[in-house]
Amino acid sequence: MNLSTTDKNITSDVSSFIQRRVLPVTDELRSHALSIFQNLGLPGTKHEEYKYTPLTRELEKNFSFQHDRVASHVKDLTPFLIPGVEANVIVFVNGIYSREHSAIISPPSELTVLDLQEVLDAKNPEVIRHFNQYTSIKTDAYAAWNTADWRAGLFINIPDQSVVKAPIMIYYINDASAGEVICSNRNLILTGKSSEVTIVEKFNSFGTGNHFTNLVTEIAVAENALLNFYSIQNDKGNRYQYTNTEIHQKNSSRVNTFSFSLQGKILRNNLHLMIDGEGIESHMYGLYLLGDNTLADNHTVVDHKKPNSFTNELYKGIMDGSSRGVFNGKIFVRPQAQKTNAFQANRNILLSEKAGVNTKPQLEIWADDVKCSHGCTTGQLDEEALFYLRTRGIHKDSARAMMLYAFAGEVTDKIKHTPIKNYIDAVISERLQ
Amino acid sequence: MLTIQNLHAKIDNNHILNGINLEVKAGEIHAIMGPNGSGKSTLASVLAGREEFEVMEGSVEFLGKDLLAMAPEDRAREGIFMAFQYPVEIPGVSTINFMKTSVNQIRVHRGQQPLDAVSFLRVMKERMKLVEIDQSLLNRALNEGFSGGEKKRNEIFQMSMLEPKLAILDETDSGLDIDALRIVSNGVNKLRTKNNAIIVVTHYQRLLDYIIPDFVHVLYKGKIVKSGTKDLALELEAKGYDWIKDEVALA
Repeated sequence: MNLSTTDKNITSDVSSFIQRRVLPVTDELRSHALSIFQNLGLPGTKHEEYKYTPLTRELEKNFSFQHDRVASHVKDLTPFLIPGVEANVIVFVNGIYSREHSAIISPPSELTVLDLQEVLDAKNPEVIRHFNQYTSIKTDAYAAWNTADWRAGLFINIPDQSVVKAPIMIYYINDASAGEVICSNRNLILTGKSSEVTIVEKFNSFGTGNHFTNLVTEIAVAENALLNFYSIQNDKGNRYQYTNTEIHQKNSSRVNTFSFSLQGKILRNNLHLMIDGEGIESHMYGLYLLGDNTLADNHTVVDHKKPNSFTNELYKGIMDGSSRGVFNGKIFVRPQAQKTNAFQANRNILLSEKAGVNTKPQLEIWADDVKCSHGCTTGQLDEEALFYLRTRGIHKDSARAMMLYAFAGEVTDKIKHTPIKNYIDAVISERLQ
Repeated sequence: MLTIQNLHAKIDNNHILNGINLEVKAGEIHAIMGPNGSGKSTLASVLAGREEFEVMEGSVEFLGKDLLAMAPEDRAREGIFMAFQYPVEIPGVSTINFMKTSVNQIRVHRGQQPLDAVSFLRVMKERMKLVEIDQSLLNRALNEGFSGGEKKRNEIFQMSMLEPKLAILDETDSGLDIDALRIVSNGVNKLRTKNNAIIVVTHYQRLLDYIIPDFVHVLYKGKIVKSGTKDLALELEAKGYDWIKDEVALA
């Protein structure tokens, strides 16, 4: 199945890179993942799931895969941190956990954070039961790469009934000041029955070298639990990124995901919700606000396996410069998932002639008693509305910003956590000025 | 206040205004009437600065300045206000926030201090009463889901907030029932002073029962073909526009 590979060279370059990093590859799963990776090959643009996203080609062009750079002298991370939040802070620098910058403030009764490799080595049965169960390494070469290669990762466990007051902020900082950086990180998060937690991942960098983050996060959400999950991608134009977030939901659980893709070179997000229970309510919100030549690709899957659940997805994009947005939203409703309500909308505004978006809703429904809908729109800023605002004495630029801010507001207004909302609002209004 | 001389304008390749001359002084109300397609709304749009129209010839002077050289926002800041025939719905922008930005950008342009939240609300409440508009409407997204009457009332509310020197009401009566027409007209009349002027663009005479014009002009094929007092409007109401067309054809 090498048809979909642009070039076998990059796959073998990455293989050697992984083998040098993880030597010897004695771990059974890692070596299995490596051979899957070698067989699959990295997907080129002939691959259906990467049709508009030349991530593989860009990696091939811009990375040598010769250096495993982990050292960093970075001290001050303040500019990257979300201010005004009492939070559990976990920092990875160049893919390595930074004890110096991390601090867990929640008591162990609310939450435990452990090194994923250590709990795997200790054969923790809960971890064994969930680890690598939700990610499809057999079909996704980037996930296989991650599984063979991951250097550091978290095992976060929220006990039953625990309401974690302080959000968990995970910062992935790449220091590319000495040249290219390639990181693979892997997390497993288990939220217990009737627990509540907010998790934020944020990506930033130092330096001008190219850097690539390959991040896989698996989250199992137990009965009646609530998870708010935020991803904030507002780095610089030298970031290449693949994230795969797999969320597995049990009965009556609630999940709200927020994905903000604001800046980078190529940002590929695979976000999957497995609706493996009844009475579930989940919302997926996304906002991509792109300029220059950023490409943000959101591939989402909502898989309804059981009856009586509700999911709603709203992704909105504003594209300027030569940027590109890609949205692919799959909804599966399995035969037994009767009485499912599943909705999806994707709305886009193109601000320049060179900007573009490829959007593809994909609904596959095998059950007959369901309510499902999808819709996507792409257009320019409403000139008539702009004129209307200007006739009220509002400067063209403010009028434009006002309208775009309102467009984005449909997503940002849904943010439940005030300091996070303030932070995102500030970033967005600064960008729109 | 406003001097229009020999104004010609087109959109795409359609010549719509073919030499308009009009003089409006402070304290006056002018009605522009005319059959459909005569160029009434185009005239309003050109004055407000709609960019789809190209002015080919002529000049418009407003308070001594070249109006046609100004961007739409600058015209508003100088004191022009147009009430839209079809006010635009803007999702996600509340009328209150929008008005606050609008009022303050205009104030800053005029060298005044921007209003703080408290003073703004005070002024707003006062003007709301004047035009009989409910606050719940203003908390909502601008014109979104408003009825025709609510949209027109919102236009007059905005006019009251911005205190223009020259207000152009473009078919403000269209789509209004008689009660809404009365409320909207009352609002306009209360805003009238000897220092400002109003141009009422309308197809029908009925609005002019409420907003009494000093002058009535008939626009036909992009030109003012007849001017008179409010009696001219009554004559048009009684006889229709055909006799005007015949007069023009004979001339």
